Amino acid sequence: MNIFKLSFSYLKKSPLNTGLNILLLALGIATITILLLFNHQFRNNLIQNAEGIDLVVGAKGSPIQLILSSIYHIDSPTGNISLKEVQGIINHPMVAEAIPLALGDNYQGYRIVGTEHSYLTMYEANIEKGEFWTYSKEVVAGAKAANKLQLSVGDTIISSHGVIEDGSAHEDEPLIIVGILEETNSVLDQLLLTSVESVWDVHEHDEEHEEHDEHDHEEGDEHDHHHEEHEEHRMEVSTEPFGFIKSDNLEKELTSLLITYNSPLAGVMFPRFVNGQTDMQAAAPGFEITRLLSLLGIGFDVLQVFGFILILASMLGVFIALYNAMKERKYDLAVMRTLGGSRVVLMSQTLLEGILLVLSGSLLGILFAHLGIAYLSGTYQQAEQFNINAWIILPEELIILGGALVLGVLSALVPAIIAYRTPISTTLSKES
Amino acid sequence: MQFLNLKHKYENSEYTLSYPDFLLNEKEHLLIIGGSGSGKTTLLHILGGLLKPTAGEVIINGTSMYSLSETGLDKFRRNHIGIVFQRIHLLSALTVIENLALAQYLSKQPKNKSLLHDLLSELGIADKAKKYPNELSFGESQRVGIARAIINKPSILLADEPTSNLDDKNSEKVLALLQQQAEKNEASLIIATHDERIKRHYSTILNLDNEIIPAGNE
Repeated sequence: MNIFKLSFSYLKKSPLNTGLNILLLALGIATITILLLFNHQFRNNLIQNAEGIDLVVGAKGSPIQLILSSIYHIDSPTGNISLKEVQGIINHPMVAEAIPLALGDNYQGYRIVGTEHSYLTMYEANIEKGEFWTYSKEVVAGAKAANKLQLSVGDTIISSHGVIEDGSAHEDEPLIIVGILEETNSVLDQLLLTSVESVWDVHEHDEEHEEHDEHDHEEGDEHDHHHEEHEEHRMEVSTEPFGFIKSDNLEKELTSLLITYNSPLAGVMFPRFVNGQTDMQAAAPGFEITRLLSLLGIGFDVLQVFGFILILASMLGVFIALYNAMKERKYDLAVMRTLGGSRVVLMSQTLLEGILLVLSGSLLGILFAHLGIAYLSGTYQQAEQFNINAWIILPEELIILGGALVLGVLSALVPAIIAYRTPISTTLSKES
Repeated sequence: MQFLNLKHKYENSEYTLSYPDFLLNEKEHLLIIGGSGSGKTTLLHILGGLLKPTAGEVIINGTSMYSLSETGLDKFRRNHIGIVFQRIHLLSALTVIENLALAQYLSKQPKNKSLLHDLLSELGIADKAKKYPNELSFGESQRVGIARAIINKPSILLADEPTSNLDDKNSEKVLALLQQQAEKNEASLIIATHDERIKRHYSTILNLDNEIIPAGNE
């Protein structure tokens, strides 16, 4: 027997009370911790994924929607922009680099993005297995997408139309996986990447069957063995930036462009040019992210206040439970003194009981939070898109734990002082 | 054991309890008799180191108890005093064996579970070790109370009204048990009671009714 076991016995004696206090505290701590984990990772991922992108140019519509669809690959694209319009942008003197994006298809909910190698370079992606695409309809899979879909090099997939599942399938146009990327902890992990031409080919297939023969003639000799394996419809894709723009295909369309400026000055001038003098819109990620976070921030704040209220209520619960226990236990306390227990021992026992309550509540709360995030990120693909990892322990969690312990000690302090002060003789004489 | 000039006045009482000087030799037993309000329990608490008297001295084994510091007194109680309360006061959150283990822990005895079990079998309640106090009869609780009081091998064993709730047969049994345990531990047994039935067993009797003490609160 020791004060630890004694405290445990006391807690065990009133399981409902103890359970309620622990649960209340756990819920409060879980709310705060979920917010913390989510907010932290969400913010980080928002910022990291947009790094290096000064501006997104796409079809007119909601700027947040354009940012969400083009950078984070959630939400639907705003529409399409024609290559003719694209040319005006990429040749503009203020534009240092532009990355094309052609969206519109998915494979089992994972978006297929038609782009150029520069898109992968921007996120510092390396090939883990296989190689980058060389031909049309060759796909490089992001690490998590490959893992979830169990894709390996050489697999063929049938894409569906639309950015979410359940679209109509492009059954005649199988894509082949040629490479799998290393994990980048960016949005790339969740994507299936291919050339812009691939996306066009898949879509135009139905209307332009007759073009197939033409493409075959264009293939180079060094790819002969590839050729033999997939003899039908293989076209080498351009390796030049925007090499897919030909004089005869200016009516074709992209979804958006990710722009890097030449000079900081462009930040003021260039969006004005796009919005004013073209039929497209420009959205600056930094500005839109701030706007988005401030919109979400209200919700976060409300939840946070709610979490703190829960924590305070549970601390009050701990206080009341211990305070009442002291009244019930005054004989116990007096008897323990007669058995030789010193005031300090009794006081420590009461404090320990408070600490045990708070510690188990807090640890349970933090566990709840991580399980909750694991559940959410497993259930909602949007959460996956943001690389929300349930099993990261943030230093702030230790602060929460420490703070809860301090509050626990504070709420056990008054009962502990009562324990310290319990007079032996008068308590024992008051036979009731 | 010796007490001198003992007086006690409770804070909100106008009466002062005063006790005759008394000397009790080692291993000698004492019966304190008195009607209710005569100050028996008060005296017992003073002798047990639970209540500092307003005046006077209690000397046990050559130590003046109330000249000790608070922690010194805790330590003294731990080493020399065992008390069986009228209302036993077992800790209801703990089982019988845990109650005894707690006493062992608080009196800083080395942890020894088999000793506790031996004690329980000696008192005939070995089968109640895992029971909670509210599952025990009064007689059984009292035995646990006695076991708890002698765990620290006290030199003075105090018992407050040990027979008040018992019939003749059972009070004989409890008295025998107390005496037997006191002798085994070479302790002085001091019993405070208003129960005249006990008188004939004891040669040393302190009768508080004979003292001129106004009725105060006890």
